Amino acid sequence: MANHRKSCLSGKGVTKVFGLGLKKTVAVNHVDFDFLEGDFVSIVGESGSGKTTLAKMLLGLLPETEGEIFFQGSLRNIRGRENKKKYWKEIQAIFQDPFSSYNLFQKIDSVLLDCIRMRGGARLPYTNKIEMITEACSFVNLKFEELTNKYPFELSGGQMQRLMIARIFLLKPKILLADEPTSMIDACSRATILDMLMNLRNENGMTIIFITHDIGLAYYISDDVYIMEHGNIVEHGKAEDVILNPKDEYTKRLISDVPKIHEVWDLSTVG
Amino acid sequence: MRNTILEVRDLRTKYITRFREDIYAVDGVSLKIEEGKSLGVAGESGCGKSTLALSLMGYYFPPLHYTSGDIIVNGRNITALDPDTTRKNVLGKEVAYIPQAAMNALNPTRRIIKFIQDVIKAHIPEMSKQEVRELATERFRILGLPEKVLDQYAVELSGGMKQRTVIAISTILSPKVLIADEPSSALDVTSQKMVIKMLRDLMEKGYIKSMIFITHELPLLYNVTDDIMVMYAGQIVERGSAKDMVFDPKHPYSKGLMGSIIVPEPGTRELELVAIPGTPPNLKNPPKGCRFAPRCKYAEDECLLHEIKMKTFGEGREYRCKFSIDYLTEKYNNGKS
Repeated sequence: MANHRKSCLSGKGVTKVFGLGLKKTVAVNHVDFDFLEGDFVSIVGESGSGKTTLAKMLLGLLPETEGEIFFQGSLRNIRGRENKKKYWKEIQAIFQDPFSSYNLFQKIDSVLLDCIRMRGGARLPYTNKIEMITEACSFVNLKFEELTNKYPFELSGGQMQRLMIARIFLLKPKILLADEPTSMIDACSRATILDMLMNLRNENGMTIIFITHDIGLAYYISDDVYIMEHGNIVEHGKAEDVILNPKDEYTKRLISDVPKIHEVWDLSTVG
Repeated sequence: MRNTILEVRDLRTKYITRFREDIYAVDGVSLKIEEGKSLGVAGESGCGKSTLALSLMGYYFPPLHYTSGDIIVNGRNITALDPDTTRKNVLGKEVAYIPQAAMNALNPTRRIIKFIQDVIKAHIPEMSKQEVRELATERFRILGLPEKVLDQYAVELSGGMKQRTVIAISTILSPKVLIADEPSSALDVTSQKMVIKMLRDLMEKGYIKSMIFITHELPLLYNVTDDIMVMYAGQIVERGSAKDMVFDPKHPYSKGLMGSIIVPEPGTRELELVAIPGTPPNLKNPPKGCRFAPRCKYAEDECLLHEIKMKTFGEGREYRCKFSIDYLTEKYNNGKS
């Protein structure tokens, strides 16, 4: 069924090298990927496997050393301020640490009003803007009346992360890149965040790229899974295939490292 | 019969805020751990898990204050001791504590061996430096840590290695009880497994007699500990063996917690994750009666009226709910169909 869907973001031989000569580190090594429109894609790997470097390249925050990234079928052009701005209207991110992703001096109202301005709603009447904000907040189970005139640091971690999703709801980008959005909050609020990401995808047809080290989460939520090891993509495919019948040794190890409840957790394999 | 290592009776501790308000973050907790057993504590953020860990050490510093209750370690009531004796004779020797971000506690300008020398100097001053090194080398070897770590600086080690080093340092005096507060939640799955393996080794080789493991990752608790206890708003709401708690939770709150487990196993994708609505109550003025009632699906008006006592059922299981087991089971089954 995937054939008629267009490719949203794809890459060929994308490489990132840090340093020169002897100090050279290849963080991402000639990876190919193809994210289809409306897909929920997970990138899984240990710390140091190059997930975040890849994410930064996708966002255009780091230039790639080699290789090409295609956006909606054509070569991505992010040269210059104007082009970059245009690109960032289509791709947005949620980061790992909600506590450091907000401006401390900016009230929540203005965080959300800025989003409306960026979508070209700067000249809308104020009441309309508030309506839109209230809708976005209720989408993530927050009450705007309780948030207005507050600063982001007055919220809990889970609430901050949900506010981030409310921002995405207002911005309606084509692609959402979520870099470990649930690793700093507890297991109970995790379910809520995942639910909201799913809703975003279902309502707006967004492509979601989900970066995580928790292979269980990736299995639960995603359509496609990419497994990364030392900058290489070692395995990719449908979530069921990759996680239930892993072919690569590394994938097998990652899966065996996660504590399970229906099988005995084998601790003897630790090196 | 195994002897009891740690017994806590009706412990209450409070935070005093700068507005002179009392916040009871641990409110009437009783528990008992036998030799060679481990206990897991689960709950959301803000349920008092970490405060419980701090309180169990018997050493309080503001804003945390002791109110009432007993902590009995190996037959000695440590709440009756004065703070200095507690620090010298209980901490490290009898009760060891690994805080949440333990790996960031290592001073980057000192070698690892220095920290071990510090610990020994405070508790066994007559030991010579040579003996300390021998002890440390021996312990590191048994726990599977490379010896060269002793002469390295903290910045040279990876996150998982730092965490394991901290555990080795804090258990160097072979304490009776080890309290591990989320020792693995900042690590990736592979390092997490190594940390868990090490804790298991410590237990098996008898360096620690018992362990309290605090985390919000339930699959982890299930694999590591013998018993699980669920905390909510400073109180224990349910207790039982790990297996019973994961597969057959009774209290609506435990039920909700267990509903958020995600594991990479067949069938997980078909599960529906049900998050518990709302957030834990502010403990400044906790709800009267059942503390979970405002968030509970099955709550009735009566739940809010009277405080609810722990009820015992089955083998070593307790729960804190107004309703009977049969009633709750029926409710859960109806919800499924």
